[in-house]
Amino acid sequence: MGWGRYLRRRWWDEERAREIEAHLALATDENLARGMTPEAARAAALRKFGNPARVREEIYFMNSLSWPENALRDLRHGARLLRLNPGFTLVAVLSLSLGIGANAAIFQLLDALRLRSLPVAKPQELAEVRIIGQTSRTGSFNGRYPQLTYAQWEQIREHQEAFSGVLAWSAQRFNLSPGGEERYAQGMFVSGDFFRVLGVTPALGRVLNADEDRRGCGLPGAVISHSFWQREFQGSPTALGSKLLLNGHPVEVIGVTPPNFFGVEVGRTYDVAVPLCAEAVFGGTDSRLDRRQGWWLAALGRLKPGWSPQRAGAHLEAISPAIFEATVPETYRPDDVSKYLGFKLTAVPGGSGFSSLRANSERPLWVLLAITGLVLLIACANLANLLLARASARERELAIRLALGASRGRLVRQLLAESLLLAALGAALGAALAQLLSRFLVASLATQGNQIFLDLDPNWRVFGFIAGLAILTCLLFGLTPALGATRTSPGAALKAGGRGLAGSGGSGLRRLLVVSQVALSLLLLVGALLFVRSFQNLATLDAGFRREGLLAASLDLRRADFPAERLLAVQRDLTERLRALPGVESAAEVAIVPMSGSAWNNNIRIDGSAGQEGSATLSNFNQVGPGYFRTMGTPLLGGRDFDERDAATSPKVAIVNETFSRRFLNGANPVGRRFRIEVGPKETDHLYEIIGLVKDTKYRSLREELTPIAFLAAAQDDEPGRFAQFVLRSPASLGALTAAVKKAVAEVNPAIGIQFQSVQTQIWETLLQERLMAMLSSFFGFLAGLLAMIGLYGVISYAVSRRTNEIGIRMALGADRRVVVRLILREAVALLSVGLAAGILLSLASTKMVSSMLFGLQPYDPVTIGLAVAILAGVGLAASYLPARRAAGVDPMEALRAE
Amino acid sequence: MAKRTKPGGQGDLLQGTLDLLVLRTLVLGPAHGYSIAQAIERGSREVLQVEQGSLYPALHRLEDRGWIASFWGTSENNRKAKYYRLTPAGKRQLAAETSRWEQLVRAVGHILYPAEE
Repeated sequence: MGWGRYLRRRWWDEERAREIEAHLALATDENLARGMTPEAARAAALRKFGNPARVREEIYFMNSLSWPENALRDLRHGARLLRLNPGFTLVAVLSLSLGIGANAAIFQLLDALRLRSLPVAKPQELAEVRIIGQTSRTGSFNGRYPQLTYAQWEQIREHQEAFSGVLAWSAQRFNLSPGGEERYAQGMFVSGDFFRVLGVTPALGRVLNADEDRRGCGLPGAVISHSFWQREFQGSPTALGSKLLLNGHPVEVIGVTPPNFFGVEVGRTYDVAVPLCAEAVFGGTDSRLDRRQGWWLAALGRLKPGWSPQRAGAHLEAISPAIFEATVPETYRPDDVSKYLGFKLTAVPGGSGFSSLRANSERPLWVLLAITGLVLLIACANLANLLLARASARERELAIRLALGASRGRLVRQLLAESLLLAALGAALGAALAQLLSRFLVASLATQGNQIFLDLDPNWRVFGFIAGLAILTCLLFGLTPALGATRTSPGAALKAGGRGLAGSGGSGLRRLLVVSQVALSLLLLVGALLFVRSFQNLATLDAGFRREGLLAASLDLRRADFPAERLLAVQRDLTERLRALPGVESAAEVAIVPMSGSAWNNNIRIDGSAGQEGSATLSNFNQVGPGYFRTMGTPLLGGRDFDERDAATSPKVAIVNETFSRRFLNGANPVGRRFRIEVGPKETDHLYEIIGLVKDTKYRSLREELTPIAFLAAAQDDEPGRFAQFVLRSPASLGALTAAVKKAVAEVNPAIGIQFQSVQTQIWETLLQERLMAMLSSFFGFLAGLLAMIGLYGVISYAVSRRTNEIGIRMALGADRRVVVRLILREAVALLSVGLAAGILLSLASTKMVSSMLFGLQPYDPVTIGLAVAILAGVGLAASYLPARRAAGVDPMEALRAE
Repeated sequence: MAKRTKPGGQGDLLQGTLDLLVLRTLVLGPAHGYSIAQAIERGSREVLQVEQGSLYPALHRLEDRGWIASFWGTSENNRKAKYYRLTPAGKRQLAAETSRWEQLVRAVGHILYPAEE
């Protein structure tokens, strides 16, 4: 019978009752007509009919579907059992929701970073245009995705035939403030077709069009994001036509994009978009539009119908020779040119956009997903263990029901219903937890200068993942106990009385579960210790300078309009003023603050003693003023620091670090040696004389190997730029210091823009991922260990309760407490050793996968593994000692009487 | 729940035969349960004594399969009664059941009277 009859079976029952009553009335009428008394007539009709109740019952059962009824009954039964054991229910739901929540949170991040497409029309049609390999490109690189030069972009746009439209873009920070401390907006330079190719229609006003992106366009207008519109203009329609100040240049707002459009970079959101041609306004004489060695653009194309990325790639490769022929940078040396002409363009699927966050975080996220997956597995094993214990307590009940004819499948379903309820509760709570956790993770990865924007609204993939986890966990922790509990033959279980079967299948399974819990938690603990020790190694690393109390101030002089010949004097003046500030111990100019992410390298040739030149070698560079090394706390090991003797007109000088001297000068005293910086055909080259040697310092990141660094004198810069950067050492508070610096700079010129950064904070932020990894893996490692110990405690307690009798006899026969404790602990030690041995093997096999995320130690670090083993063994023995002591406290008379 | 044996049932009637008889009875026109039971008894020259109650599960099943349809009406002596009529699907089913029944009778006949071959 179908659902229709099932759902209306009460109605059907009443209908049949009416019908039967009608039948009986008809038969009674007929009997009356034959001359029977009314009672006899009714009785005869009933006799002839049979039992009406039985007929109705039969029809009622015909209308029944047994499984939904049974399922509902099982769920009710399960809910009642859970209510009766609130402690167990709480532990189970909490551990499950934590496990599922953590998994779902990580998955949600992976989904947002990796699986989602850009929020644009038909993202699957987009393909990214890039150069195959991308190695050995030389020139200057700007933006987060410097794939192409402007000249190449123009060629691609004109000559490609694979796409119905192509776009190019570059990320650019714009300063919104008119002067003083800078305030930044995330900007984009976009080609004129950008919004049309993506299929983004404006929410307000209009978007840029192709005609507005022409060389010499000035600043024709800016499109802003929905969130920027809300933030800066409170969502007012009057925003259209009003002016924004970008790096001091006014530009009109012409349109607002829809709320879900964040640009083409996953992990960030844009604020302001201006046409590519407007770069000339911001770059001035340094404009990247005409700099053929300037790499700063990334390109996407929308494939023509029927074109695959492969076909587009083949087409781009075919037109590559002509494109690179037409765009050779003038400053290239011949060997660079020949390399350049060998470049090939290709196309790769681009529907998921650009993301440096994806590139940097994907591996840690997968590792975290593996960690949280293992924690969930351990939690499941723990629950399975608890349920097994409960099932064995119910062995007698189940045996009786089996003996009374209940089918095994029916009992398994009933036991599973309880697990399903737990899993569902855990999943619901976990889904809520995941929302908090994923947002917390995003928030802790973001820094002041690097805001992270991820679309974390849960979608069907996330819900599917959570539902899948719930079902999987339910089966994992529910099925084995249910099958185990119903396997025993009813006769055996009944004969064994209330004590259950000693050594029955259930307890072997429980030992196996505990052993695997110990093994897995050892793996997680080893992982956690590896990450913690890596982070510690990085955090306490000697970077070659004292990080505390160092402030970097970056000054933008472009709007102050100093004549070029005065720039050096202005910089000297600024240095003097900063040094004179109260509380400032020392201050110096510096081009590249260590670990700020900026870098500058070049090929050099050592001037040979016999006049011949050495071979070209790559060195890092920096440009600093006098007092820089004192300010940083980097010891000068030989020679002298820069001073007023090193002026623009005097011979060029340099200070080098130890690695420079060791690698290029065989470690001999470098002072007095000279080197040349290799330059392009149109640049003048200089001979630099080394005047000092300093201790090694880290250059770009704490993780890097020490690199050779040559420091040049800021005062000898041939083309001083319109940016100046200083480091100040001061014990004063950050707030007081920045206020004083702002005041001092404004006295020189109020139009100078300033940005501050504490060097220590900056270094701390480069370790964000390592710190988060250490934090999360320790948390999960701790959780895993705790769960495993609860499991161990449970199994040992259970063993004690089963052996109470035996213990009583032993004690009656003269065994003392120590013997009993040893007896119980022997089992714990056996379980622990097997688990730990398996865990060590597991760790050795799998920690290799994280070796790239470690620093200063190997994945098979014996100290770490030893430490983890010691911790788990110690805690494990402590957890088993409690039940062992209880066993030793057994009163022999009591134990024997219980028989 | 384990499979339960049907309470009551077709008693002496062969499985499925009752269905066939009900369908056959309804060929003559709509009828209510009581008159169907009487028709079967009379039609079989009182040989088949149907326990009248067992008719209703059969009617319920036939209706569920769409072979008969029901409506409430008034009986000859002005009592409310539920009437059943044959649906087109029921007519096809009757034809199929009838021919299956004839096959069965022939087959049993061959076994019982082999000499008559």
